[in-house]
Amino acid sequence: MSHAETTGHGSRPAPLAQRIHALTELNVAKCYQCGKCSAGCPMAGEMALRPHDIMRLAMTNRLDRISADPAIWLCLTCETCTARCPNECDPARVIDAIRELVAAADPKASPNRLRSFHKSFLQQVRWSGRMFELGLMITYKMRTGTFFADVQSAPGMMSRGKLKMVHKKIRGIDEVRHIFEACEAEEGEQ
Amino acid sequence: MKIGYYPGCSLEAASREMNESLRSVCDGLGVELDEIDDWNCCGATSAHSTNHLLSVALPARNLAIAESQGMTEVLAPCAACFNRLTTASHEIAHDPAVAAKMPGILNRPFNNTVRVRNLLDVMRELAPVIREKAVAPLKDLKVACYYGCLLLRPPEIVKFDDPEDPSSMEDVVRAVGATPVRWNRRIDCCGAAFSISRKPSVVRLGAAILDDARAAGAECIAVACPLCHTNLDFRQKAMAARGVKPDMPVLFLTELVGLALGQPVESLGIKRHFVPAAGIADRAVPVAAEPVAAVPVAPEVG
Repeated sequence: MSHAETTGHGSRPAPLAQRIHALTELNVAKCYQCGKCSAGCPMAGEMALRPHDIMRLAMTNRLDRISADPAIWLCLTCETCTARCPNECDPARVIDAIRELVAAADPKASPNRLRSFHKSFLQQVRWSGRMFELGLMITYKMRTGTFFADVQSAPGMMSRGKLKMVHKKIRGIDEVRHIFEACEAEEGEQ
Repeated sequence: MKIGYYPGCSLEAASREMNESLRSVCDGLGVELDEIDDWNCCGATSAHSTNHLLSVALPARNLAIAESQGMTEVLAPCAACFNRLTTASHEIAHDPAVAAKMPGILNRPFNNTVRVRNLLDVMRELAPVIREKAVAPLKDLKVACYYGCLLLRPPEIVKFDDPEDPSSMEDVVRAVGATPVRWNRRIDCCGAAFSISRKPSVVRLGAAILDDARAAGAECIAVACPLCHTNLDFRQKAMAARGVKPDMPVLFLTELVGLALGQPVESLGIKRHFVPAAGIADRAVPVAAEPVAAVPVAPEVG
């Protein structure tokens, strides 16, 4: 199941709808544009392309328009759209899949802050097996240059005992690292 | 009652109160929490946003360990952990391609037999015991029950309560003697992981939630998710810029239960909140021992 799946005609990628189907078994053509997903989307007010717009663009093979807009990265994965869709189109999973496709083609496509957050988070897990908040904040700030944001809250967090200063690795850390390596290798093959 | 326990990373630090109040309440209710040995992070949003297989494997390791410890059920109090563990179990059960990859990735036997439960599910089951042991009910306290997203959605995967009109949290709030209010933004997203990477969105969403709770007459908000708590409590000061008065206490459901059980405030972690909740603690008024009102039983038919 390759992200770039070709139709066999030269090196043109398959239509977006087909690629989404290959990743998810979902058929975007089921969407009849009722708009319930967008009506419930908490981020719709901040998006130029809302969930039902993205479904329409997926149907009409306009990955170019989707990629040019930050909308897919503003998705909170709150699943409200999927819970409400009357025709079981699972827009949340469709948007997930589009993110996978766009990121596979261009790893730098996602906004720096979001990408850096996820990278920093997973870095902590890979290092110690659990997410260490102080480590996360430090590496996130280094990646994004947001050194001073939330710095005022650090004393408040500390005085409330909410900022753990020390962190230990779990005993099975080698297992966790193996999980990371194996999953990355699988993803690489795609 | 004995149940497997997966605390998750946030209960160890930024949401210590959830862990503290949960353990205190379980002690009081006679529930034994059996922590999964050497558990790892479930991967939360970051794993499923970047690597689908990783988002299944990280939770699966925990379930495999739970299985090897003989657990049949595991309580995951954090809504995200609950959602990720449940999703991983669901995918392994329904997607043979993913299931086939697990043995090589986990290097552990795993038969996917563990049932994952969330905090509301377990507390609701204990509601009769809570009602019975509530020596200091929170009488007349108006509580807005805030569910957030991940406990209820996607409905086919979490299969819990009603995804549009849930009632499990209200059941527990009634059991502690308080009055749940009817309000609109019970299942709206708080902004979740954007707390760090896109704070203005979280401030906007949180302000709307607090405004609505206040308009419905709530004196406090009850939550069951560490990130919802952080976004509504820790970020409440930032909402002041949107004209929201930062004085709405946000409590974990387990803190409310602990108060009603007459447990000391120190054992529940309530003092760790950013918006002071001492006023809510004062509403837990001990009552003289009264016989529990008998519930009328319908006569047996046939």
